[in-house]
Amino acid sequence: MKRFWCLFFMFWPLLALYVCWIAPEQGWWFPGTGPATKNYVGPQGGSAMSPLGQRIDDLFYMILIVTTATFIFTQIGLGYVLWTGAKRTDPGNKTRAWFSHGSHNLEVIWSIVPAGILLYIALYQMDVWAEFRMRPFFPNQQINSVLGKVGVNAEATPGATQALAEVTARQFEWRIRYPGFDADGNLLPLFAVPHPTDLYTVNDLHLPSGAPVMINLRSDDVQHSFFLPELRVKQDAVPGLVIPVWFHATESDTYTLLCAELCGWGHYKMKARFVAEPAEDWVEWMHELQEEQNFDGLIDEEEVVDSN
Amino acid sequence: MSTISPTADALHGDGHDAHAHHHEPSFIQKYVFSTDHKMIGIQFLITTMLMLLVGGALALGVRWQLAFRWEAMPFFGQFFGAEGGQISPEFYTMLFTMHATVMIFFVIIPVLAGAFGNFLIPLMIGAEDMAFPTLNMLSYWFMWPAFIAIGASFFVEGGAAKAGWTSYPPLALTDLNGQTLWLIGITFVGVSSMMGSINYMTTIIQMRAPGMTMFRLPLTIWAMFITAILQAFALPVLTAAGFMQLMDRTIGTGFFIPDGWTANNAAMASGGGQPLLWQHLFWFYSHPAVYIMILPAMGMVSDIIACFSRKPLFGYKPMVYSIAGIAGLGFIVWGHHMFISGMNPWLGMTFMVSTMMIALPSAIKVFNWMGTVWGGNIRFTTAMLFALSFVSMFIIGGLSGVFMAATPVDIFIHDTYFIVAHFHYVLFSGTAMAVFGAIYFWYPKMFGRMMDERWGKVHFFLTFLFLNGTFFTMHILGVVGFPRRLADPYHYATFHHLRPMNVFMTWCAIGMVATQVIFAANFILSLFFGPKAGRNPWHANGLEWQAPSPPGHGNFDFQPVVYRGPYEYGSPEVDTDYYPQNQPPPEPKHADQPASTPAPQPA
Repeated sequence: MKRFWCLFFMFWPLLALYVCWIAPEQGWWFPGTGPATKNYVGPQGGSAMSPLGQRIDDLFYMILIVTTATFIFTQIGLGYVLWTGAKRTDPGNKTRAWFSHGSHNLEVIWSIVPAGILLYIALYQMDVWAEFRMRPFFPNQQINSVLGKVGVNAEATPGATQALAEVTARQFEWRIRYPGFDADGNLLPLFAVPHPTDLYTVNDLHLPSGAPVMINLRSDDVQHSFFLPELRVKQDAVPGLVIPVWFHATESDTYTLLCAELCGWGHYKMKARFVAEPAEDWVEWMHELQEEQNFDGLIDEEEVVDSN
Repeated sequence: MSTISPTADALHGDGHDAHAHHHEPSFIQKYVFSTDHKMIGIQFLITTMLMLLVGGALALGVRWQLAFRWEAMPFFGQFFGAEGGQISPEFYTMLFTMHATVMIFFVIIPVLAGAFGNFLIPLMIGAEDMAFPTLNMLSYWFMWPAFIAIGASFFVEGGAAKAGWTSYPPLALTDLNGQTLWLIGITFVGVSSMMGSINYMTTIIQMRAPGMTMFRLPLTIWAMFITAILQAFALPVLTAAGFMQLMDRTIGTGFFIPDGWTANNAAMASGGGQPLLWQHLFWFYSHPAVYIMILPAMGMVSDIIACFSRKPLFGYKPMVYSIAGIAGLGFIVWGHHMFISGMNPWLGMTFMVSTMMIALPSAIKVFNWMGTVWGGNIRFTTAMLFALSFVSMFIIGGLSGVFMAATPVDIFIHDTYFIVAHFHYVLFSGTAMAVFGAIYFWYPKMFGRMMDERWGKVHFFLTFLFLNGTFFTMHILGVVGFPRRLADPYHYATFHHLRPMNVFMTWCAIGMVATQVIFAANFILSLFFGPKAGRNPWHANGLEWQAPSPPGHGNFDFQPVVYRGPYEYGSPEVDTDYYPQNQPPPEPKHADQPASTPAPQPA
C-alpha cells in the first residue's frame, strides 16, 4: 500500500503535465483570432493579435518553462524521497531514519538559486510593463503618426488629447466618444471635455489597425475593466480617473471587448466589440457615423416610395 | 501554575483526578461558555466544519451556474434560487461573494487560529491554559454576532452582499442593506481575531514551560505566534476601512466617493474621495491575511511530516526564519492585487519585485519539507498523506503565483480563472488539506479516540482526485482568458468551447463535496466507536502528547520540563525512535560528560 501512495503522488504531476501538453490543440490556450473571423472555431493556441501581447505571451512561456522545470524537479524529488523512505520501513529492514537536523550548504544553495531565478524574471519583464503602462515609455511617436495619417493635429490644438476615442464604462455598457469633423470635413482631435461635434457609439469601438492607438478610459459609476482578450489588454476604469490606454491591433478584425471587473448584476453582459480596420476605412466609417448621427429623421418622399 | 508531581497513578489515569482542586464546572460552563482553551478550540472546530458545509453549498451554486447556466438547480435551487430554482445574475454575484466571505472569515481563519491555535498552543508549550481564558471565551462568542449578521443578510431586502468579498466601492456603496450587515459581520470577526491574537502572543511569550526556549517551540507554535503578530498589525486597518465604508453608506461621508459620481442615474451629494483608497486599505489587511490563512497550516504540516518521517525537521531555524520572512514581506506586497487597478504603474513595479521575492521563503520551506522526508522511515498514515499532498499542491499554488507576480502577464490573467486556480490551490489544496491532516493527527488528543485510518485514506484519495479535477482545469480556463465573476461567460463566443470542461469541473466539485460525507461520518462515529487512544498514539515528541488524551482541565497531570527541541526523532541517544521533549536525558556514562540541564525558565 505504501508503494501505491508513492506512485499516487507521482501519477498526478504526470497527468497535469499531459493535460497542459494537449491543451493548445484542444483550444484550451491563449485566444488568438477574433470570433468574427470566418474560420473561427475557438482559439487554437492562438498568439496575441498585438505586438505587446506577443511579448506578454513570450514572457508567459518563459515563466512556464522555468516553473515546469521546477515542478518536475520538485515532484520527482518528492517521489524519490518517498519511495526510498517507504523502502526503509519494509519488514526486516532495521535501518533507522537519518538523524539530521539539516545542512547549511544545502540551505544556502536552495536560497541563492531560486533568488537568482526570481530576480532574473523580475528584471526581465520590466521593460514590457514600462512600455505598456508608463506614460514616458509609450510609443508616442507612432501614436502621433496615426493621428497624422487620419489628418489630426492634436499638438497644435489646445485642450486636445492624443487619444482617438474616449471609452466610458457604465452599468452595463461601454459608451464611446469619438472626435467629430469640422465644417470642412476634416477630422478634429479628441478634446478632453465633450465637444458639440463629437460622435458617439455604444458597445462598438472602431479604431485604426496596424499601428498603436490610444484611448482615454473613464467610468461613470463603479469600477469596470477594459479587457480585450485577443490583444492581451486589460485596464480597470476607475470613477474619477481618466486613464490613457494604448494598444496595437496587428490585423483588421473584430475582437471581443468585455468587462473584467465586477460591476454589478449585469457584469456578464457588458459585451462590446472592437473593430480594428485600416485607417482609411476608419475615417470612412466615421463619416458614416456622422451622417447617421446628424440624420434629422426627415426622409425624402422618393425614398419612401422606393422602399414601398 | 499548579505544581503537581508526576505520580504513577496520574501518568496513567485520565488526568481528571489530578485536578481535584479545580471545582467541577456546570454543563454550561463546561460546554457552552467555557473558558477552557480545549473546549473553545473544539467549539471553533465544530462551528467552522458546519460553516464549511455552508460555504461548500454556495460554491456548488456557483459551479452549477457555470456548467448549466440558467437551468433550475436541483435541491439547493428551491432554497435559494430565483423562481423555479434558477440562479439569477444578482443571485450569482451574491453566491460567489458569500462563498468567499464564509470560507475566508468563517472557515479558514477561525479553523486555523481559533480551533488549532486554541487547542494546541497551551498544550504544546506546556501551559495550563491561555493567558486570558475569559478573553478567549469572548473571542469565540464574538463570532456569533458575525454569523447572525451575515446569516440575516440573506433575508433582508436585496439579499446578502453582492459586491465580491473584496467589496470595492463605489459598487459596494450601491448595494442595499446586505452590504451594511456584511460590514458589521466582518467587524465582529475582526474583533474576535484580535482577541485571539493578543491572547496567543501573550501566552506564547509568557506561559512556556520551564526549558521551553523559543527555539524549542514546535513550528506550529512559531507559525501561530507570527500569525498572531500579523493579525495584530493588519486587522486595525481593515476595521478602520470597514467603518469608513459603513459611514459612506450610512451617514453620508465620502471617503471612497469621487467628485461627480453618479449611481443609478442619481448624483450623490458627497464626493472628493478616492475609490482606490479602499483597495489599498483592504489589501493592506487582506494580503497579510492570505498568510494568516497559510502559515499555521505550514506549521502543522511541518510537525506532521517530521513525526511520520521519524526524523528531525530539516533546517529548523531556516524554517522559522522563512515564516518570519513571509510575514515581513507580506506587508509590502499588497499592491500586486492592484496592478491594473489604475494605481500608479511605477508602484506596480516595486510591488512586482517584492512579490517575486516573497516566493523565496516559500521555496525554502518546500525544499526543507522534502529534506525532512529524505532519509526518513515513512509511515503513510492519513495525516501524513494529507501533509504530503499539502507540499505537493502548495508547489503548484506557489509556482502559479510567479505568473501573476509578473506584471505584464498579470495584465492578461488578472481577473481570470487563473487567479481563481491559484488561490484555490493555496487555500483548498493547501490549507484545507493541511487542516484535514491536522484533524486526523490531533483527533486522538482532542477526543481520546482514534479516527478510522482506512476510511481516512479513502477520504484522502477521493478528495485529492476531485480537487485536482476541479481546480487544475481552472488554470487552463484562465489561459484562455475566461473571466471570473461572470454569471454567463458563454455570452461570449470566445468561451463557448469551454463549456464541457466546466461541466467536468462541476461534477468534480459535486464529488468533492460528497466525499466529505465520509469524513463527517468518520469524525462523528469515531467519537463513540473509535479505538481508545493512549497518551501518545503516534509516538510523537511534542509536549501535547505527554498529557492525557483528552487532557483534563489544566492539561498536564505533572509539571512538564523541557530538555530539547520537538523534532528529535531517531536520536542515537535513546533506543526508541522518538524522544519526547520532557524526557530527561540518560545518565552520562562518564563523569566528565556533563548532563544537559534544562535551559533557564524564560523571565
